[in-house]
Amino acid sequence: MLRDITIGQYYPVNSPIHRLDPRVKILATFIYITALFIVKHFIAYSYILAFLGIAIVLSKVPVSYMIRGLKPLFLIIFLTFGINIFMTKGEIIYQLGPLDITKEGLFQAVFMATRLILLIIGTSLLTLTTSPIQLTDGIEKLLNPFRKIGVPAHELAMMMTIALRFIPTLLEETDKIMKAQMARGADFESGNILNRAKSLVPLLVPLFISAFRRADELAMAMEARCYRGGENRTRMKELSLHGRDFIASIMTLTVLAAVIVDRIL
Amino acid sequence: MSIIIENLTHIYNPKSPFETTALKDISLCIEKGEFIGLIGHTGSGKSTLIQHLNGLLKPSTGKIIINGLDITQKDVKLKAIRQKVGLVFQYPEHQLFEETIYKDVAFGPTNLGLSEKEIETRVRAAIEWVGLPFDEVKERSPFELSGGQRRRVAIAGVVAMKPEVLILDEPTAGLDPKGRDEILEQVKSLHRQYKMTVILVSHSMEDIAKLVDRIIVMHKGTVALTGVPREVFKHVELLEEIGLGVPQITYLMKKLKAAGKPIKEDALTIVEAKQEILNWMGRMKKC
Repeated sequence: MLRDITIGQYYPVNSPIHRLDPRVKILATFIYITALFIVKHFIAYSYILAFLGIAIVLSKVPVSYMIRGLKPLFLIIFLTFGINIFMTKGEIIYQLGPLDITKEGLFQAVFMATRLILLIIGTSLLTLTTSPIQLTDGIEKLLNPFRKIGVPAHELAMMMTIALRFIPTLLEETDKIMKAQMARGADFESGNILNRAKSLVPLLVPLFISAFRRADELAMAMEARCYRGGENRTRMKELSLHGRDFIASIMTLTVLAAVIVDRIL
Repeated sequence: MSIIIENLTHIYNPKSPFETTALKDISLCIEKGEFIGLIGHTGSGKSTLIQHLNGLLKPSTGKIIINGLDITQKDVKLKAIRQKVGLVFQYPEHQLFEETIYKDVAFGPTNLGLSEKEIETRVRAAIEWVGLPFDEVKERSPFELSGGQRRRVAIAGVVAMKPEVLILDEPTAGLDPKGRDEILEQVKSLHRQYKMTVILVSHSMEDIAKLVDRIIVMHKGTVALTGVPREVFKHVELLEEIGLGVPQITYLMKKLKAAGKPIKEDALTIVEAKQEILNWMGRMKKC
């Protein structure tokens, strides 16, 4: 049940997008997000859509898989849509009881919902095509220049690696404890909000206890193997830039430029 | 309480790159009052199988019929099934959450909607049954106890629901020999006294050989062998091939036999083997 959450879960296939350098992918994602927020007209969305479309096709991740990942966020998208459509003032085109639907509101709602969907799909493409280890490697490398001003790049990356590494473990653990309590007649699915919140106690208490225990054990195991920060550590896989990385960078920058030009004109 | 499993198949994460078939077309029948030992290598599908028996997992295809009731149908009351089929997970002590042992053991019976009085009798019986002094421990926190005691409290939490079938997934994993023997002894007494159907998942061939009426060997999601221990443990090569083995003492008897000693090689427990060896030595003296 919990394992069905697919949003952003690494999808292991071999594709040009998967092989891109994680640094390029992370920066490209940032540029992509920036571009999304610069967009003012639907025309500019078409550039972004084209860019995203090419990336999705190249990534070999099935579109249905991505749509499935969107599901848990439908509520947020729907809320944004609803609030925008009713709360924007302007020319009234339809009245629904005390609520007015305006032309501007409709435009705003569709515009915002599109932005959200593109944002979610675009960013999940990063984690879908980059394994957690590559991702943190990339972040560490990107943060490296900031070490001089006191950013603990390696430590941050290590914390992220550990956090990402334990998400599936904790999900599994949650699943197990849930089942164990269900075997004792616990009911997580019915009742009102108060009852449901109460029914989470038998799940959360054991989960917290095991999370702390795991953290403790991991710290012990790392120390037993003499782990200490980033100084002088070498790595098994050095990151290096290839031709495809430059092509991807140029494409991303082109989209950003197009969007900016569109905004100014 | 008979359990009939018909053509059960279970696929995890269907239609995704993580798709795995955990169970392949399993058909089994477990009679009321049987003591079953379920063995198999890690990943052979044991845990998946037992989670089907109280409706925690739904089969991809196939049927599970408990006491004539098909529990894979949609409108089945799962709570009633979970009361009848008690499942103790691996490391059950990780599920404890209440402030006191009493409250934790009472969690299951309370969920069944029983009366205060009935709950108290059941909790008392369950805690005493697992060998803990009820009056002393009832107000203590489960987290003050030792690992072995915590596990017993967790098992008591399932037993307090008075199931007719008790399934234990490696109840002795990580316990010291004394704790292990005590828990197994208590399980045996439940089976004897209350005629409970027991399914014991274990990696210890010795425990299995000593306790169970029938063994089910799982391998790669299918049932590889089933039968009484003496029959099953005759297939040494097959068991070793799938990463299992036979009790140590059976190996010893086989070696003695191979060395040309006139003894039966199918002894399963140390007591049996001792008798067999003494008999043989007795015969030697006579001639």
